[in-house]
Amino acid sequence: MNIEQILDTLLRHSPALIVAIPLLGAFLTPLISKINDKVRNVFVILTILATNFFIFLLASDVFAGNIHTYVFGAKNLSIPVVRILFEVDGLSAFMAIIAGILSLAAVIYSWSFMKENTGLNKFYTLMLLMTAGMLGMMLTGDMFNFFVFLEITSIASCALIAFWTNKGKAVEAGFKYIAISAIGALFVLFAIALLYAQYDALNIAVLANNIQYTFLDKIALVILIAALAMKAGIVPMHMWLPDAYGRAPASVTLLLVGATQASLYGVFRVCFTLYGSQLNSTLRNISGTTITLNSLLGTIIVILAIVTILIGVMMALKQIDFKRMIAYAAVAEIGYMFLAVGAGLTTLGTAVSMNALKGGIFHIINDALDVGLLFLVAGAIYYATKQTSLNNMGGLARNMKYTTVFFLIGLLAVAGMPPMNGFASKILIYESVYQVNPVLSIVAILCSILLLAVFIKVFHSAFLGPEQPDLKDVKEVPKSMLIAMGLISCIIIFFGLFPELVVNNIVQPAANALASNTSYISQVMGVI
Amino acid sequence: MISLDTLLETFKTGSGLWNPLVWITGMAIAFLIAYILRGYGKKEYKEKTEQTKSFLSGNPEYEKEKMHIKGSNLYWGFMESLKWFYKIFNKMHTGNVTDYVLWFVIVMGILFLLVGVI
Repeated sequence: MNIEQILDTLLRHSPALIVAIPLLGAFLTPLISKINDKVRNVFVILTILATNFFIFLLASDVFAGNIHTYVFGAKNLSIPVVRILFEVDGLSAFMAIIAGILSLAAVIYSWSFMKENTGLNKFYTLMLLMTAGMLGMMLTGDMFNFFVFLEITSIASCALIAFWTNKGKAVEAGFKYIAISAIGALFVLFAIALLYAQYDALNIAVLANNIQYTFLDKIALVILIAALAMKAGIVPMHMWLPDAYGRAPASVTLLLVGATQASLYGVFRVCFTLYGSQLNSTLRNISGTTITLNSLLGTIIVILAIVTILIGVMMALKQIDFKRMIAYAAVAEIGYMFLAVGAGLTTLGTAVSMNALKGGIFHIINDALDVGLLFLVAGAIYYATKQTSLNNMGGLARNMKYTTVFFLIGLLAVAGMPPMNGFASKILIYESVYQVNPVLSIVAILCSILLLAVFIKVFHSAFLGPEQPDLKDVKEVPKSMLIAMGLISCIIIFFGLFPELVVNNIVQPAANALASNTSYISQVMGVI
Repeated sequence: MISLDTLLETFKTGSGLWNPLVWITGMAIAFLIAYILRGYGKKEYKEKTEQTKSFLSGNPEYEKEKMHIKGSNLYWGFMESLKWFYKIFNKMHTGNVTDYVLWFVIVMGILFLLVGVI
């Protein structure tokens, strides 16, 4: 076998390997740690690197226009048949890239950040399980399988949020997270049962091909959107998010950003793929105005998005706890993605729609990087000062020069300031949303300015000013933490400097996958 | 390999254009002009003299550590004028998990009404 054949074989099996490698790695971690801690840490990083290799290998082929399907179980459709399909299109590959980058930064960061803690075998096992769960949610083409991976992600996340069991509030946040996740997941399961009862299928493409928009389909649609939106942190179902993000170790918070976006991906998959063939169907004619499913869903999403942005940013402004403040800013950022995709849905089939979808999707990766970087900076400050309240900080730029630079990069990026990546995606969002309704665009821009004010507050109170007597001995954080923050900062700067390259090569295929579900369905129906 | 032309391509937003490299060049020129203008400034400034002390309406200046404005004091006026807003939304954020679920039920109920009726 030559290299090309080997690569071809690896490419063919990559959808399975992307989930199998971290899953297997998770179960091997406790065994490997018997050797010593350093070997375990290297093993975990190598596991994530291998996963990333397969993600990028698969993504490069998917972005070239090939949808990948991978069948687990029975090859022939004999009864009883047990089979699960993984389906990887532009959107799945795009989301997997985000999860891969976040996981890599999280494990590198954890090396030093978690060094003083005990129980790290379990910590890394859970981190790998969470990565496998997220990737599974993004790659699967089966509704029940999606639920299973959603549960894996939730359980691993809950244990990681409550990892600092000596801190009561972390345990409380973990409890809240699992309560919310369990309720959300049960509703998702109920909706899946409604679809299965009608169509005798669990495969997303088969369901999308057969869906009729019956009364039960309407119920399933509402439940899926509400439950997944709650997991994504949409206002007013966002309240678990500041608790969880604020109490988890910083590297876990970075992974939680990925998990939240996996749920957001679920909402998009349901609206655009599962119900995609019904989007143009007319629901009602009210005094000459035709209401279609896409305009109804789009309007609902846009309303939720605007409320999310407004409340997220206003609540962030009053926070004193650094991590809770970033968590509320993250809520507002989720609103921007929702706003763009909602606007895209409302105007489906037009040029405006495609631009809105591109803006929304580009903002998903930008948000993951920008907010992720800010959480890592918050973790670095906690590591160096053991403080999370802004009232107890000041003058940190004197002793933590690299961290300050990384914070500034994150600040500019998350507030959508040029020339950072956030500006490129936000300008797409403002422009396309303006064409739907100018007021929406104005609110979005004003909230972005407020977001800048939020982080200027942090910059002033934590990094600027005279050196505080209690913080005189503060030192810069260890190298592994700087490397993780540096890795994310480099990607942010690259995306900011070359937005056209990023949009054309990775965002456009994902937007195409959202805009039309025909190739997704036909590819899978061919396999079945 | 990515060609230089592809890297330098201008980002098209539908109705507009955005080129970060041009923007950076523009900013660099603006900073250069500002730096040159700064050179024409007054030279009488003397460090560590009365000139550099802040004037607080005749009140004595505090030690530097005490002069730092803490996070909770920033944007005081903004928070004060929006007290009514924060009163409502603080009430909403109870920290009670049953309330979190209640909001989920409320949103789902509204969506049922909208999707069901229309």
